[in-house]
Amino acid sequence: MENSIVKSKRVKEVDINKPKLTAKEFKRQWILVAISAVYVIYGIIFYYLPLAGWIIAFQNFVFAKGIGGSKWVGIDKFKFLFSDKTFLMVIRNTFVMGVLNLFFSTIVAIAFAILLNEVRNKYFKKSIQTISYMPHFLSWIIVVAIVHDALTSTGIINDILLRLGILKAPYAFLGDPKLFWGIVTLSHLWKETGWNAIIYLAAITSIDPCLYESASIDGAGRFQKMRYVTLPGLRPTIMILLLMNMGNVLNAGFELQYLLGNGLVQNVSRTIDIYILDWALDARNMDYSLGTAAGIFKTVVSMTFIVVSNYIAKKKGDERLF
Amino acid sequence: MADVVSFDKIKHKKKMATEDIVFTVLNTTFLVLFAVVTLYPVLNTLAYSFNEGNDAVRGGIYLLPRKWSLRSYHEILFERPGIRVGAKVTVARTILGTLTSLAANALLSFILSRKKFLFKSGLSLFWIITMYASGGMIPVLVLFRYLHLTSSFWVYIIPGMVSAFNVMVMRTYMAGIPDSLEEAAQLEGAGYMRVFISIISPLCKPVYATIALFVAVYHWNSWFDAMLYNRFDPQYTTLQYELMKLLDSVSATTGTSSGAQMTQSAAANTITPITVRAAATIATMAPIIALYPFLQRYFVTGLTIGGVKE
Repeated sequence: MENSIVKSKRVKEVDINKPKLTAKEFKRQWILVAISAVYVIYGIIFYYLPLAGWIIAFQNFVFAKGIGGSKWVGIDKFKFLFSDKTFLMVIRNTFVMGVLNLFFSTIVAIAFAILLNEVRNKYFKKSIQTISYMPHFLSWIIVVAIVHDALTSTGIINDILLRLGILKAPYAFLGDPKLFWGIVTLSHLWKETGWNAIIYLAAITSIDPCLYESASIDGAGRFQKMRYVTLPGLRPTIMILLLMNMGNVLNAGFELQYLLGNGLVQNVSRTIDIYILDWALDARNMDYSLGTAAGIFKTVVSMTFIVVSNYIAKKKGDERLF
Repeated sequence: MADVVSFDKIKHKKKMATEDIVFTVLNTTFLVLFAVVTLYPVLNTLAYSFNEGNDAVRGGIYLLPRKWSLRSYHEILFERPGIRVGAKVTVARTILGTLTSLAANALLSFILSRKKFLFKSGLSLFWIITMYASGGMIPVLVLFRYLHLTSSFWVYIIPGMVSAFNVMVMRTYMAGIPDSLEEAAQLEGAGYMRVFISIISPLCKPVYATIALFVAVYHWNSWFDAMLYNRFDPQYTTLQYELMKLLDSVSATTGTSSGAQMTQSAAANTITPITVRAAATIATMAPIIALYPFLQRYFVTGLTIGGVKE
């Protein structure tokens, strides 16, 4: 009796894992299949057609003439891109700001999570955490307005520096190309640190408390526990988040730079996306093909980052995406 | 010998205790400072928004307005038609966009979480690919122009309706619901749609709330689509895009000029006083800040549901 139950369960499990494509099963699931078909059509239109649209990078695409009527130019657009000094500059800007952002946002979020985790008072901890991720829900427009206000001649930063006597006259921070990358990184930290820390805090709570107890018995102090228990416990989370974000390094440079940038800092503020947008919006020199070529470059590099970092993680035996 | 050991232990403990106190004090100070840095700019903007316009240019306003005035709020509410239109469009897209997106994502998640579904892995892969490979800004723009989605309200609703990331989060949650519930319902003659609406959906309220919030915040904060697809159509402008134009008109006069010029041009700038922009900023963030304390638990569950890996 018992045996037969086990057997029937097992048979069922096999069925669950591998549904066979039979007419009967198809008929039973027809509604799921029909709805899926709608989703596939939707996905093809809005996600796969733009990928097919990459072919316009090999044309002198004119919207009125369409893809069929536009002239084919081979890889001319790519040749132009890589001989364009502005493009090389925006690659550098995007990459540097992306890496700075990834590096500092990871470190600061981990540090914040660890420090917050050390707080004993439940209410204090909760309040700080609630405040810390509020800026995540504000738009970049608002964040830029805030950063702008803080850094103008009458803003709080100039105010403090003048009072402390560090500055003699108000300084135009946003007009200084040397400060732009720093301001961008700090703005990111202001907006996202609390949010990024959530996932690390969750990971810290899932570390086995026995590890802390045994560390205490061995005489480890607070800092030693942070260093030898918490940090290693966070390692898988850190690795997986770094991997996920590697593909976004080149994506992380648009809204903030576009809104915060101005004529004085454009050599360090413009990113690949801004470059693409300029070609798309410029009424006189509009060039969709060039913008597409730059977009292809960005996607291909991003994919390469993901695949390579995933490969490295695999080699080192860490968590990986796929 | 034993005495020495215990003495050492006491000394050690004492040292630990002072170390603990020092750490706690420093840590608390740091975290309070962190909170101040986070909150101050918002409170400062609030103070500016209630200050009189010409007086505000002098600066030196911190947490409280110097010369109270509701003039700026009056201006953004009644004298700037762009902001009114933007507010209407933003509210419309937030409500409609959230509802359609939630329904579309939930239904796809339901299908992908059915263990017996015949094309489960194929359909999953189809959507996972969309997370990593994107056509890019221009091909999407060209496509939307061909589909007549530009110069239209629907560009805010239709293209972003299904998001693979949200689907993966929901699917993970749904996959955790025991199959026996579905099987029992099916034995009683319920079809798949019935199972989705009456069995699975009620159990998914927390994840639905989380995704709805993410989508709603996304819609509320959008400006780029308004600029890229509808910039010649003021009837489809959004609140954030209007705010951006306000910001632009201020930074054009202050941000790009340097040093002493800055104060002069700021004083001369009567087109968009800093207080009007502050009022618009506050009005734009107000709904999020007001709802935030009540909704924040959903934000957190959203991030931790099923972990990051999917």
